[in-house]
Amino acid sequence: MAITGQEIESSFLFGRLTLDKFPLDVPIVVGTFAVVAVGGAALVAVVTYFRLWGYLWRDWLTSVDHKKIGIMYMILGMVMFLRGFADAIMMRLQQVWAFNGSEGYLNAHHYDQIFTAHGTIMIFFVAMPFITGLMNFVVPLQIGARDVSFPFLNNFSFWMTVGGAVLVMISLFVGEFAMTGWLAFPPLSGIVASPTEGVDYYIWGLQIAGVGTTLSGINLLVTILKMRCPGMTLMRMPVFTWTALCTNVLIVATFPVLTATLVLLALDRYLGMNFFTNDLGGNPMLYVNLIWIWGHPEVYILVLPAFGIFSEVTATFCGKRLFGYNSMVYATICITILSYLVWLHHFFTMGSGPSVNSFFGIATMIISIPTGAKVFNWLFTMYRGRIRFELPMMWTVAFMLTFCIGGMTGVMLAVPPADFVLHNSLFLVAHFHNVIIGGVVYGVFAGINYWWPKAFGFRLNEFWGRVSFWCWVVGFWVAFMPLYIVGLMGVTRRLRTFDDPSLQVYFAIAALGALLIAAGIGAMLMQFYVSIRDRDQLRDTTGDIWGGRTLEWSTSSPPPDYNFAVTPVVYDVDAWQDMKEHGYQRPLSDFKPIHMPRNTGAGIILAGISTALGFALVWHIWWLAAVSFLALILGAILHTFNYNRDFHIPAATVTATEDARSRALGQAGQTA
Amino acid sequence: MSTPIITEPTDPRVFHPEEEPHHPEGHSTPLGFWIYLMSDCLIFATLFGTFAVLGQRYGGGPGPKELFDLWLIALNTAMLLFSSITYGFAMLAMHRGDQKEVMKWLGITAGFGLAFLAIELYEFNHLIHIGAGPGRSAFLSAFFTLVGTHGLHVTFGLIWMAALVLQVRKHGLTSANQRRLECLSMFWHFLDVIWIGVFTFVYLMGMI
Amino acid sequence: MIRSRSLIAAIALATLAGCSSEVLAPSGDVAAKLRDVLGITTALILVIVLPVMVAIVAIAIRYRKSDQSEAKYDPHFHHSTSLELLIWAAPLVIIIWLGALTWVSTHKLDPYRPLDEETRGVEADAEPLVVEVVAMDWKWLFFYPQYGIATVNELAAPLDRPIAFKLTSTEVMNAFYVPTLAGMIYTMPGMETKLHAVINEPGEFKGMSSHYSGAGFSGMKFPFYGLEQEGFDAWVAKVRDSGQTLDRERYRELLKPSENEPAAYFALGDEALYHDILNRCVEPGQTCMDAMMTDGAGAHGMDPGMDNGEGGPDMGEGGADMGEGGAAGETGSHEGHDAMPTAMPSDEDSARAKPSGPALTNQYAFLSQN
Repeated sequence: MAITGQEIESSFLFGRLTLDKFPLDVPIVVGTFAVVAVGGAALVAVVTYFRLWGYLWRDWLTSVDHKKIGIMYMILGMVMFLRGFADAIMMRLQQVWAFNGSEGYLNAHHYDQIFTAHGTIMIFFVAMPFITGLMNFVVPLQIGARDVSFPFLNNFSFWMTVGGAVLVMISLFVGEFAMTGWLAFPPLSGIVASPTEGVDYYIWGLQIAGVGTTLSGINLLVTILKMRCPGMTLMRMPVFTWTALCTNVLIVATFPVLTATLVLLALDRYLGMNFFTNDLGGNPMLYVNLIWIWGHPEVYILVLPAFGIFSEVTATFCGKRLFGYNSMVYATICITILSYLVWLHHFFTMGSGPSVNSFFGIATMIISIPTGAKVFNWLFTMYRGRIRFELPMMWTVAFMLTFCIGGMTGVMLAVPPADFVLHNSLFLVAHFHNVIIGGVVYGVFAGINYWWPKAFGFRLNEFWGRVSFWCWVVGFWVAFMPLYIVGLMGVTRRLRTFDDPSLQVYFAIAALGALLIAAGIGAMLMQFYVSIRDRDQLRDTTGDIWGGRTLEWSTSSPPPDYNFAVTPVVYDVDAWQDMKEHGYQRPLSDFKPIHMPRNTGAGIILAGISTALGFALVWHIWWLAAVSFLALILGAILHTFNYNRDFHIPAATVTATEDARSRALGQAGQTA
Repeated sequence: MSTPIITEPTDPRVFHPEEEPHHPEGHSTPLGFWIYLMSDCLIFATLFGTFAVLGQRYGGGPGPKELFDLWLIALNTAMLLFSSITYGFAMLAMHRGDQKEVMKWLGITAGFGLAFLAIELYEFNHLIHIGAGPGRSAFLSAFFTLVGTHGLHVTFGLIWMAALVLQVRKHGLTSANQRRLECLSMFWHFLDVIWIGVFTFVYLMGMI
Repeated sequence: MIRSRSLIAAIALATLAGCSSEVLAPSGDVAAKLRDVLGITTALILVIVLPVMVAIVAIAIRYRKSDQSEAKYDPHFHHSTSLELLIWAAPLVIIIWLGALTWVSTHKLDPYRPLDEETRGVEADAEPLVVEVVAMDWKWLFFYPQYGIATVNELAAPLDRPIAFKLTSTEVMNAFYVPTLAGMIYTMPGMETKLHAVINEPGEFKGMSSHYSGAGFSGMKFPFYGLEQEGFDAWVAKVRDSGQTLDRERYRELLKPSENEPAAYFALGDEALYHDILNRCVEPGQTCMDAMMTDGAGAHGMDPGMDNGEGGPDMGEGGADMGEGGAAGETGSHEGHDAMPTAMPSDEDSARAKPSGPALTNQYAFLSQN
């Protein structure tokens, strides 16, 4: 009651946006802006010089091709990853600096934004786009489909995710981001304690991206249920598709909770309601429950597809069918269901009763049973296999070892009395980085190395890939082992300054680890660059570079727009392996016209308007909010008046494409 | 230890269907829309849950007994239930292919929907007027948000209906338009079900 | 079982013994027991994790392609019922064990449970030292109602006497954490949480907020002193004789956000202050939450967050989608104790409740600003 809401100046034209909201006095931000501006200008110049705008617009931005959308998701994830990692480096630097009375180089205003942005960006705009991108690219190929069920919606979902990311990025240069931690717990995120625009950027950025994520979840879910090729029963689906199915079930079942929760927070902030306030009956603990009802399944949304990737990679590179396919599927389903029943383990220390705490603690431990079964399944797939240590397999083994430790610390945290001393400590921070980097990020990297040849028709450079791998794996341990240790010494998270000089050495080691990871990221970018440069040497014309087992390897690399000239029929798990073993012959003639969806600019336009709406709401620019909201409704309605959404690829074009592939395959046969 | 399962097929395997499986435009729309409704249902579940937690935290302000007029709400409920029935008639007409009849029943449905909204707005206006606005207490925040979210859905349903009327008028009862009418039908009945929940849990149980 | 100073636990933690960790080498018995649970848990999980990690490395090396001569390649080995039973059962056994440990230790080490004589140094009829804790922006305010004193950012307790903390917060959440004493517990505005602990060895220890609460969060630290009885008496006298009195006016000054606040000592000039902070009615004219409850919700029975009856671990049954309603109530309900976290002050406190103020609506006016 002591702190009253501050009166904030507001004008009609610009709402709360004033010139002093541009952080011109902060050299880091200005420098970043200069780099972004120069880079952006250079990009625009290049695109203009090579007259690529039309190509970009027609073939990419408006594309409804799931492969291209998948690739665009990966690019978005990569760009945002660099931002999120820059935040991480800044935090590491601050924490190693701010000892012995030093304030470090970041004041609370900046430091608190940085760790909030780091968490928000890494989860919503790095991990989610990476995972969604891989699912988008791979799932239709794996189930023998030509596209997703709702191709336009797919394009729209992607651009909504971009819209959310854009809004969060704008907060770097216009105003400020939230200073609340990545889940924005009230009352800290309420209007009393956070009267400025930071939390609003958070809310609208997440809401806009969340719409995209929910729609994309519905889309992929329906795709998997309805678009499978003949013979592909549920129990013949590739494991990655299974995990994608479960992940999308989780998305559809949890993102609405996030949406509703953030709406309630927004209503508190904008209309003075009392859901999570301290007064008039509001209950901040309700928010904490609701956000974790979304938040815990979210972890599994990210990690399940990663498990799927590891399953595909292990089977392929061991030259063996996955051990225990059925138990792998059931384990995935178990995890999906259990992930709903454990949210309270994120706040054992909030004073729940011992029975409640025990229930959620034990439920959490039970998840480790199916997870453990998965690890054993991968292990027994390797057993009596013939393991080729290509890059995807290296990431997989690194994952298995890292994840064992992450899982172990997870179970430790699941025991409430142990959690009482470890919660909110750097041990906890180390734990979730351990599972998210060791699980999700390694999985995404395995997936990138594995499917890159499928997407682009040439493999990735091996040398730089290995450099990146070792920098990452070593860097991860160097960066997070010290955090485990200081966590056990009682050092808590989100601290900006430290008293105890004996801790400094640990943070120095952690910073070193972060630099090693930075080198790993550099090597990965180098790997992409070198691979694109040397693409002719790295070319794969077979379409099946790894000796793959699932349907995506049966088509060319990159796949034609229509994926499959003739829809395949499936008889077994590992359909493509089965086809190869049974002397499959590619059809060479008698192609029919193929029915395909037409590209449309509606997605990017509607998402653009949504972003404008979000910006207007952040800054209380009501006229812009009204205009963009009306435009959004009108645009959506206008889009429904477009009945002309599909076309046929003529048989002659299909024949020409397939003949080209026959020639390429013939060459490959000669050289092989 | 290993038990290899090698099931050689009796026939030579045919790896391509004789006839391409046909996925006509919109063939998975009903399922997709159904899943969307389920996700929307979760938004309402969250709001219901919020209401369950906060519904008796009056913050020293008025409670449901002082605020709600059950007869008004019963009338409101009747409006929405009737609109569901009339939408059903529109669907019957659609299956007969009677475009004129479809338009007529859609118009009547929209009328009931508008009446529902009008009564709801009247109620909200009344509550705000007597100082029981959404900011008064956690109970009222939860009430306005739950009921208001439902009202917003009805509003969008009406806008959608208007757009569909134009589309049917322009293109007739094509398969695309029939699909859209079916989706709106699911949406409209869904809102009915939600409202029954609202009526029961918010109004009736509040008055006990 | 928790009391057994397990050898396994000691070994598991030996790697960190060199560090001066108040988590792993605490001076209070509650924290020591938490540490033991942590140790046993770690050891139990290592039973399965270590062999698996060794197996991963061994199999990865043995079956790598370049080493074809020895290792057997069997592409058809992809199913084995007995093996699959084993890989589900092995973790299950560990989890059953661990689950039992969890159930028992969580109940025994429940922060709301008053200490009994099983706790080191605690006598059966010992009267606990009551400390009322208020987390403020960004400092800690401690009331010692039994001694009529209050401190900012400094905490002390006599050895071997149970300490009963009651905790709340002014505006935002924090978590009270003295690693040497006990686990952390959240402090939340308008709600009261509890923590029971004891200090067994003298010394100066670290105390902090462990839940991020805004700009001054890093500076929300305080020393905690474990003192012999005489030392504690002297400390109390020193605090009482500091010449400063904590009344509402002084409290209002404290309310102003400040960072890295040095320790301050007060004689307590206002007995009802903690109650009113907890019930958010420090300012004249504000209605206390406990009074508001009896007024408004009286007709409807208890607040859902306080409903003890529904508790219990079976709440997941309703399905996660509809579970939220139960959830928040759940956290609030606390069988066997006062229904605290969401809850209002207990009975003896409500007796002191102030009468309702007149201006019910005005004081909240700022909340409805756009």
